[in-house]
Amino acid sequence: MSAIREDFAEILKLVRPGSRVLDIGCEDGELLDLLVREKGVDGQGLEISPEGVAAGLARGLAVVQGDGDRDLDHFPTRAFDYAILSKTLQQMRDPKHVLSELLRVADQAVVSVPNFGHWKVRWALLSRGRMPETGALPEPWYSTPNIHLCTLRDFVALCDQLELRIDACASLAEGKPVRAIDPRQPIENWRAETALFLLSRKAEPQPAPNALPQQNLFGEVELPKAEAPKKGRRSRA
Amino acid sequence: MTAQGPIKAGIEIGGGTWRFPAGQPLRLDSGARLAPLEIAYKTYGRLNEARSNAVLVCHALTGDQHLASTHPVTGKPGWWDRFVGPGLPLDPERYFIICTNVVGGCMGTTGPASIDPATKAPYGLTFPVITIGDMVRAQSMLIEAMGIDTLFAAIGGSMGGMQVLQWAADYPEKLFSAVVIAAAARHSAQNIAFHEVGRQAIMADPNWVNGAYLTAGVRPEKGLAVARMAAHITYLSEAALQRKFGRELQRDGLSWGFDADFQVESYLRHQGTSFVDRFDANSYLYITRALDYFDLAATHGGVLAEAFMKARHVKFCVLSFSSDWLYPTPESRDIVRALNGAGCRASFAEIQTDKGHDAFFLDEPLLDQTLRGFLAAQSHSRGLA
Repeated sequence: MSAIREDFAEILKLVRPGSRVLDIGCEDGELLDLLVREKGVDGQGLEISPEGVAAGLARGLAVVQGDGDRDLDHFPTRAFDYAILSKTLQQMRDPKHVLSELLRVADQAVVSVPNFGHWKVRWALLSRGRMPETGALPEPWYSTPNIHLCTLRDFVALCDQLELRIDACASLAEGKPVRAIDPRQPIENWRAETALFLLSRKAEPQPAPNALPQQNLFGEVELPKAEAPKKGRRSRA
Repeated sequence: MTAQGPIKAGIEIGGGTWRFPAGQPLRLDSGARLAPLEIAYKTYGRLNEARSNAVLVCHALTGDQHLASTHPVTGKPGWWDRFVGPGLPLDPERYFIICTNVVGGCMGTTGPASIDPATKAPYGLTFPVITIGDMVRAQSMLIEAMGIDTLFAAIGGSMGGMQVLQWAADYPEKLFSAVVIAAAARHSAQNIAFHEVGRQAIMADPNWVNGAYLTAGVRPEKGLAVARMAAHITYLSEAALQRKFGRELQRDGLSWGFDADFQVESYLRHQGTSFVDRFDANSYLYITRALDYFDLAATHGGVLAEAFMKARHVKFCVLSFSSDWLYPTPESRDIVRALNGAGCRASFAEIQTDKGHDAFFLDEPLLDQTLRGFLAAQSHSRGLA
């Protein structure tokens, strides 16, 4: 078997044995499978492609087809110890909402983001005046799935705004050893190509946002009358 | 025997009719009791020594126990023949596969065409109204009588999927895994509406004779055929109908009358007339009623997640079809959301297909791949591999 991907190896170190893990965008379930085997976690995947779901199922994993933008509402508040979102936050339509959702469904979130403040990116923009294409961000602007790029500083600012605590941060770059960093250090905003964060809440999580039907299902809002669940079921736009 | 011969060679096929004595009635949700109860069933494969490899396959509205062997009336292959057999996802060399005709059915299990011991005449409309819960309770009686404590899996599509959900709610301790395909946790207004059209078609047939047609020696074939035609449209998609038939004509030119000019008309008429040969009109009334009454949340305080609170150890696989407008994908998502809410580990996939609700009987490689992977992984963790 080939070597474990660097970010996977780092995540493997962060996750407590026997914990409950939600992996958003789990692809064919490789990371979850690794966590199940190495850490005995109770894993759940969320994956957009049916082929990925089928592959995860064949590994014996529980995988729900869906995407992080829409389908985190499937999961009740604090159902997991960790929610993992690897390198896809910048592809979400509403990253701020997704980030707060991660820390609603889980006590801690493991999130990795490519840093648009990296020197190569800045240099590409400065010297060529065109959208940067780098190792971490290889696609041209018109076909990139990365629609919400941010710098390390931007991301830290968003964490502050959402009252999230940064429990750990590491800099990842292909072919280079993982390095623990302080993401508030200005130099890291130049140096880190991709940053992996372990986040937790400073305050108790709010229940599911914008009155999703899930609230009705768990009876968190007043309902039990016969009519109520039907309304709840149909409230999904 | 080896697997070299014809595809079904080497499978042990069993079955028959299990008769529960009058002292062991089926308690119905309506409060009535049904006795004596007979359950017609088929089995494929052999129960292992640990009695841990039993799979219950639950059939849909007009299905029956003839899952993977020749149907005695139509002479056609079993309704899920492409899924059950050596090397197929449900392999009788690994599993003991059971399929029962539902209560209220007409292929040997006690239903409205059975003889009421009190009157020595067919029940007709004196047959009690039954529910999905009643069907499952009867299945559970049979499984218990067979000496099986836990099913490795309960699997079903459409109404079969509803039975699987009911199993998870009523007998979670008897389940290891559950597969729910193209189903819903309750019947929608549109579902009930289509069924009502079918029932009215049957009841409008003068040969229905208020349900006593068997005694009268006639059959409401026209009404039942129309019911089937209407329902059959809901099993397909607009795209599938268009692809199959378009506006193609049966013959050159129009008849300028009401013959079946269009191929789609002829197809539906064929669906209707061939259906009446194998199905009982009153069974159709009773089973569609059972479906309409189905609302798993309503029987759990209006909260669907409550239905699955005791099923946290069960591994669920929920599948839907993108072009299914009878039980569309959001219905399956509601089930998954409730399962997650109850703390169950659930998997879900929407299979992209234009074949509509009936895709579940048809060749859908991704459906096979998904189910094969799920069952193989679960049987591995159950120690069956």
